[in-house]
Amino acid sequence: MKKLMTGNEAFAYGAYLSGVRVGAAYPGTPSTEIMDNFSRYPGVFAEWSPNEKVALDVAIGSAYAGTRALACMKHVGLNVAADSLFYAVYTGLKGGLVIVCADDPGMHSSQNEQDNRNYARFAKLPMLEPSDSEEAKQYVGIALEMSEMFDTPVLVRTVTRLSHSSTPVEMSDEGPPQPPEEPSFYERNPQKFVMVPANARHRHPVIEEKILKLGKYSDQTPINRIEPGDDNIGIIAAGATYQYAREVFPNATFLKLGMVYPLPDELIREFASRVKTVVIIEELDPFFEEHIRLMGIEVKGKDVFPLIGEFSPALIRKCCVDAGLIEASVAPEAAAASSAAAAALPIRPPILCPGCGHRGLFTVLREAGVLVLGDIGCYTLGYAPPLSAMHTTGCMGASIGVAHGIAKAGVKDQIVSVLGDSTFFHSGIHPLINVLYNESDVTTIITDNSVTAMTGHQQHPGTGITLQGKTTKKTDIETLVRSIGYDKLDVVDPYDMDKLADVLQDHLKSGKPSVIIAKRACVLHTKERKTPPVIDTEECTNCGTCLDLGCSPLVQEEDYVTIDPINCNGCGLCVQVCPAEAIKQEA
Amino acid sequence: MKKIDFLMAGVGGQGTILASNILAEAGVELGYDVKTAEVHGVAQRGGSVESHVRWEGERVYSPLVEQGKADYVIGFEMLEAGRWPMYLHKDSVVLINRYRIPPPAVNLGKATYPPDQEIEAILSCKGSEILWIDATEIARGLGNPAMVGVVLLGALSGLVGGAEDLWLSVIERLVPDKFVEMNKKAFLAGRSVQLN
Repeated sequence: MKKLMTGNEAFAYGAYLSGVRVGAAYPGTPSTEIMDNFSRYPGVFAEWSPNEKVALDVAIGSAYAGTRALACMKHVGLNVAADSLFYAVYTGLKGGLVIVCADDPGMHSSQNEQDNRNYARFAKLPMLEPSDSEEAKQYVGIALEMSEMFDTPVLVRTVTRLSHSSTPVEMSDEGPPQPPEEPSFYERNPQKFVMVPANARHRHPVIEEKILKLGKYSDQTPINRIEPGDDNIGIIAAGATYQYAREVFPNATFLKLGMVYPLPDELIREFASRVKTVVIIEELDPFFEEHIRLMGIEVKGKDVFPLIGEFSPALIRKCCVDAGLIEASVAPEAAAASSAAAAALPIRPPILCPGCGHRGLFTVLREAGVLVLGDIGCYTLGYAPPLSAMHTTGCMGASIGVAHGIAKAGVKDQIVSVLGDSTFFHSGIHPLINVLYNESDVTTIITDNSVTAMTGHQQHPGTGITLQGKTTKKTDIETLVRSIGYDKLDVVDPYDMDKLADVLQDHLKSGKPSVIIAKRACVLHTKERKTPPVIDTEECTNCGTCLDLGCSPLVQEEDYVTIDPINCNGCGLCVQVCPAEAIKQEA
Repeated sequence: MKKIDFLMAGVGGQGTILASNILAEAGVELGYDVKTAEVHGVAQRGGSVESHVRWEGERVYSPLVEQGKADYVIGFEMLEAGRWPMYLHKDSVVLINRYRIPPPAVNLGKATYPPDQEIEAILSCKGSEILWIDATEIARGLGNPAMVGVVLLGALSGLVGGAEDLWLSVIERLVPDKFVEMNKKAFLAGRSVQLN
């Protein structure tokens, strides 16, 4: 029987079927649903860790103890976990360890579009890349076997269009293997597992030898295969890109790569000698191309296709037509005029939801005119007009350190850093300690909506609820911050903008390092909703003040503003800002 | 069976993902090979979103619909429908929910919301048929405007085929229990609309 599954659902299913018993992850689009789904299978332990490095260490520990383990993260999450990745390659493991990392070509929901295939070469471990959900399920099992056979962690790469695409998956009649009767145990072997220089020096040659062996395996594995067809054009592709390329070249000969590092040199030579022109179609970096060119094989690659952005069948077709690889007549007819008219339509960037507490915070920050060093979360949307109150965003946890550095550089602006609750637990605690230790007067605002909102409402250590929905020990942000040594701290509801503005001024004037917790639960998560206010169109002076909240239910009509009751959450921020008191809300 | 490619366009939060899941499962029930593609995360927060659903008689490769090959474009919001003429061909059908959510630039007076005729002109460039439906209004009348996607699917089901029971059974499977009856009503209301 087949079932439609997203790539992420299939990764989780594959892990379950392969006997993975411990999984750890930090949420990050497009990887989040893997751990969410894995946690629902019986007999497994799954957790949201505070960040990706913790998640990977947890998975490594379980694999050390002989249990098959899974860690999942988005592409930039692997930057956070990279330190752990590198040591785990050196030590090896006892049980299989698979790390699924999700790249985001096109940056649908990310700050960069790094190509994580480079991590496989950099950290010296194998990487697989499935092209649909069925392969996603299968490759987890293959990766675990490879991990145990070669004593190495294995990376499995996915991209947005695999993770969030649904394709049919063959359902297994058999469940997962029975759990071992013997309890797990950690075999004490310091020469292998204690990476002091003397031991690590012995491990490095082992790793280099392993990569050579894995190269030979890559030549033999059926997941790297030549798919015979018309030999005039031979296409090398992997992952979601393989599917786009197949759409454009249904009859060409393909070298379909399921194992993308180390590459199968012998198979590549055989393929190149068979076809007239080798065309490499790969999103982002010329990862295959550089390797294959170094082998002395002539190819078409980044001279035809872009280095930047997400591919699609239409883009591949256009590039191939432009390069003379296929006839223009195959391409869909151009409709330049209508496309131009569509491109001229007003854009619709993502914005804060109606009822979002962050809106109150950023309105106050805008009015205060302070310099805001921001972070990664829904609240990053506070940078966009009309709120326009965030001036840097780099990566998770960067806000506080950047604010401290700007303060130390001696700028005249008043400085605040802003980060969310989940981001604070992820990587905000160390820089917050640093502000005290190295003495700057940065005010840090933790905008606490009591959930990891942007990725779809995951729990974290501050919610007191686990991934399984179980009540657990809650780490209270206020208590934690006070224990670090902050004595200037206030908790304010960002819906109360007057009070928040007063507290902000008090903190800025204090000249002390301080913390404001702007606490208001995410309304999308609580589903809390009040009666929408109504604008008295007679009293409305059409001054536009409410529109500066950037709240989508507030709609500009001819000479007044109205509220769309379908979208409105009833938070009442517009009632607070209206200078004409024309916006009325039932008590 | 001939392939059918769908593109659903809307504003994050309008429910395009649930609707595309229902459409995909209906395709499976009808015996097609099916693939879908959608986007989660920050893109969902009130921004433009699009979901791709592909029904193919034999084997479908790409989860993304190719430009110039969409058979149906379903606009959950008028302006969002207008963005996708490059996906249309001469026999495409565009189903548009008559509902406006002005984007920020319009509310800030930096842009104007395009009039209906402009959206029609953009989308009819290749001769595609344009059909309007008051799906949000119908969903609101039935108790919840969030059911707009199911109303649109009801209307779409009349165009692409499939027995009423087949669609209703998919809705039963994918919608949370306490909303099933309401959604079935919304689907049937959409299915009974005379489109023009």
